[in-house]
Amino acid sequence: MESWMTPGSFLFEAWQSRQGLLAGLAVTLASSALSIVMATVCGLLMGIGLTFGWWWLRLLARLYVDLMRGIPVLVLILFTYYGLALFGINVAAFWAGVIALGAFATAHVAENFRGAVESVPAGQMEAAKAIGLTFPKRLWYVILPQAVRRMLPPWVNTGLEIVKGTTLLSIIGVVELLLASQQVMARNYMIIDFYLLAMVMYLIINFAIAQLGGLLERRFSYLRY
Amino acid sequence: MTDQPLLKATAVHKSFGEVEVLKGIDLTVRQGQVVSLIGASGSGKTTFLRCVNLLEEHDGGEILLDGDPIGYQVSGGKRRRLSETRISAQRARIGMVFQQFNLFPHLTAGENVMLGLTKVMGKSKAEAREIAEHWLRRVGLAERRDHYPYQLSGGQQQRVAIARAVAMQPRLLLFDEVTSALDPELVAEVLGVMHALADAGMTMLLVSHEMLFVRDVSHHVVFLDKGRIAQEGPPAEVFDNPESERLRSFLGRFHGLFGKVGNGSERPTQD
Repeated sequence: MESWMTPGSFLFEAWQSRQGLLAGLAVTLASSALSIVMATVCGLLMGIGLTFGWWWLRLLARLYVDLMRGIPVLVLILFTYYGLALFGINVAAFWAGVIALGAFATAHVAENFRGAVESVPAGQMEAAKAIGLTFPKRLWYVILPQAVRRMLPPWVNTGLEIVKGTTLLSIIGVVELLLASQQVMARNYMIIDFYLLAMVMYLIINFAIAQLGGLLERRFSYLRY
Repeated sequence: MTDQPLLKATAVHKSFGEVEVLKGIDLTVRQGQVVSLIGASGSGKTTFLRCVNLLEEHDGGEILLDGDPIGYQVSGGKRRRLSETRISAQRARIGMVFQQFNLFPHLTAGENVMLGLTKVMGKSKAEAREIAEHWLRRVGLAERRDHYPYQLSGGQQQRVAIARAVAMQPRLLLFDEVTSALDPELVAEVLGVMHALADAGMTMLLVSHEMLFVRDVSHHVVFLDKGRIAQEGPPAEVFDNPESERLRSFLGRFHGLFGKVGNGSERPTQD
């Protein structure tokens, strides 16, 4: 017991650096949550444009989606941080990261939305038309409830990717969980221990998100054909 | 004005790309009439039905519902498409029942019927629930109100779909091969509901392959062949005196069916 909490032991070092690690964890959680919210809101709007928009809107959205899918997230993060500064737009590293991750995941959410909407049988839209619902109401009361259920599994995936993607923010100096762990290692050289600790914490976050997704899927389980 | 037909189609044309599916259809449906479209698949009967409810847009001719042109407005000699809101309002006056039921899977039977009542007609939840219960009772499914579509048989789903359409108090009800996707033993319950609606004076335009039912329930039968009306008239006339070779060979496929019930010319008609 005694030796576990002596200087140099893992528990002692972890306890000593708890403030830095928890702050890093908070940054990871905050940047993840903000990116997920941004990607969900923007992605749904862009998905609507991609699916139902006028031809020029569909074209723009399609260009955006293909562009984002073709660029590595890290390049996008670096560009948002350094690139925008060149144009005189200064964005704090944290926000540059959130915007880049969110913009990236927006493309995924938009594409998932389009796929989900198009997988709703055409007869649903026709039945909704036949009772006289206008377009926004057809979307809101008939198509979206069914599309959202189909979107859940890929949406949870996007969430998991975002959480993992926040580690890339360490490159532009955002002290999130990974960089916070590395700062601890720089002091005590307990590399394996603290990478393991970081891994476990990421696992816990993503396990929680997956559980939440499962919960939502069960909530919509009545949706069968 | 009482003599104004409820639905009057004149020279309706419709093409899908190069293929002309409707080559000028003239059809009149009067209040309280049951009119049936028969014909081989590809003859254009379903396309015509879908044009009436604006699920397809006809390219020529006009369709008048209570004297109003459907889908288009002619001003200054040019056809202009009506706004989405106007089109939705027109659709609300016409009910439609589909081959594949198309119930909303995320809503219960009762909620399926209520959706149009609350979101299109603007009725309160309580009022809509009452109307939904009334119509579910009429189709014999009062106790299934809280069941989701997947918990219902095909015949029950189709009866809910009929309740959903008729609860909107449409001027006209369209039936598009509504028993074609059903197991044979479930067909009768759906036809029974349709028969009751016809007896209650509902104006109906139907596409069906149930020839016995068509003959029994219709006031007017229209035989479509390759996008044109080849023959029409009271059911006794169409079924017993087919003029064209096409109609004879079409009815020939159902011959065994009519053999069993005699030639049935005693059927009442309204024309």
